[in-house]
Amino acid sequence: MNLNAVLTIYMFEMRRFFRTLTQSLISPVLSTSLYFVVFGAAIGSRIDEVEGVSYGAFIVPGLIMLSVMTQATSNASFGIYFPKFIGTIYELLSAPVSFLEIVAGYVGAAATKALFIGVIILITAFFFVDIQIAHPFAMIAFLVLTCVSFALLGFIIGIWAGNFEQLQLIPLLVITPLVFLGGSFYSISMLPPVWQTITLFNPVVYLISGFRWSFFGTADVGIGISLFAIALFTGICLAVIWWIFRTGWRIRQ
Amino acid sequence: MSAIVSVQNLRKAYAGGFEALKSVNLDIEEGEILALLGPNGAGKTTLISTICGITVPTSGTITVGGHDTQTDFRAARNLIGLVPQEINLEPFETVMSTVSFSRGLFGKPRNDAYIKGILEQLSLGDKTNSEIRTLSGGMKRRVLIAKALSHEPRVLFLDEPTAGVDVELRKDMWEVVAKLRASGVTVILTTHYIEEAEAIADRVGVINKGEILLVQDKADLMAQMGQKQLRIDLSEATPDIPKALNSYDLVRSDNGLHLTYSYDTTGERTGITTLLNDLQKAGLQMKDIQTAQSSLEDIFVGLVKETS
Repeated sequence: MNLNAVLTIYMFEMRRFFRTLTQSLISPVLSTSLYFVVFGAAIGSRIDEVEGVSYGAFIVPGLIMLSVMTQATSNASFGIYFPKFIGTIYELLSAPVSFLEIVAGYVGAAATKALFIGVIILITAFFFVDIQIAHPFAMIAFLVLTCVSFALLGFIIGIWAGNFEQLQLIPLLVITPLVFLGGSFYSISMLPPVWQTITLFNPVVYLISGFRWSFFGTADVGIGISLFAIALFTGICLAVIWWIFRTGWRIRQ
Repeated sequence: MSAIVSVQNLRKAYAGGFEALKSVNLDIEEGEILALLGPNGAGKTTLISTICGITVPTSGTITVGGHDTQTDFRAARNLIGLVPQEINLEPFETVMSTVSFSRGLFGKPRNDAYIKGILEQLSLGDKTNSEIRTLSGGMKRRVLIAKALSHEPRVLFLDEPTAGVDVELRKDMWEVVAKLRASGVTVILTTHYIEEAEAIADRVGVINKGEILLVQDKADLMAQMGQKQLRIDLSEATPDIPKALNSYDLVRSDNGLHLTYSYDTTGERTGITTLLNDLQKAGLQMKDIQTAQSSLEDIFVGLVKETS
């Protein structure tokens, strides 16, 4: 195991993040504040409570998940796509590093960045609404697992993408709609019965529901199912990455 | 001397069926400078990429320092530094950070003093903290070399280090290569400039259409190049070469109208004067004489044409 190489990739990626720290932080803080103004104040004033929680607080877990999922995906996909695009990938391929070490470096850095932003949003939320975290360890576990699994997904997208358009395609066309329709801003019990059933096919529902449970102790679906869903999702991503590793798909000719 | 890089029956075929390398065998001796000469698309870059691990061989084996590049890739790659043909660098990184990154990838602990030493050697000492995008093309190429040397490799591959580089910078690059060799690094470089191979290589390999056509000591090649031919046109055809001229190894052609004499320009005596005297004594009438010299380029072009 070439731990030094993993650390080198990790630190290199983190430096990129810190170099653009202001925009990395201002943008999530600003958008979260806007969500609180629009959803929390304007719409929230017309909705009293959802499942016994004030609407402003209810949307906090969903908001964090929304940012964490998109940030983890886009950071990881960009992280590995960029060397492919500018050609510096030759270095990774000719160095004594295994594919898993490359994955650990890039995915680790992308997950850390997403986690960072998730925590910033949580802190911002404290300024707007009164929230308590019922199960803090579960909350951290869900957050970390989501960061890692979506960073894995992002890594796969980055390997797959042949151009910048494709790099944006999946986050834009798949992840954002799934997150918005996954109960970020509402409880799925608020939907008509048919839509409740359809929603259950959206994997993001389980993640948001489980994450919300760690805050308020109530959930749309059972916590066990949520855990299973995120484990399954991580497992699928790992399997795909293992397959890429075996075949050298889109990296090694 | 022993082979530090050994390539055995290496074959590389792409999915489309294109065969970039056809059963290549090549031994590279420790401490030498080997120039791989070949036209565009000959397979030079594929050969280097396959040795360095960027492309996977279809069949055959490669060992570096005795380590198989497939089964023992970490040990093999640890010995190798690669300078790619294209200038691939992150524009917003500093020279120090990008070179340190390369060192870290090879599992070596950070060593700023060592890297500064390399940068000094490559005349980049004052650019340590400059961003890559502020450097000139020649400097960027040297940054690539610094990256390849950052982990103290024993074998350095330079893929067309002087392609599209002006004459002065090319000479600089040759000096860098000479310094590297003096420090004990084995250097393999690809080029399509014959004068480059002549200027710096110990051995020259010619590759075309995925096959190594020749690997020879540059000195031997130069000796071949030192050969000159004297062609003598006779006024009247001679049915055979007179016995008195046997010692000259003359070659008769065009039904005896031409005689060709090969001689070594580097020798003390060429033997031309005595030959001409002896020709007259033998009663052969000369109409014209001309000389021709084979260059590395002739050898190269001849070899490449043969395989086309």
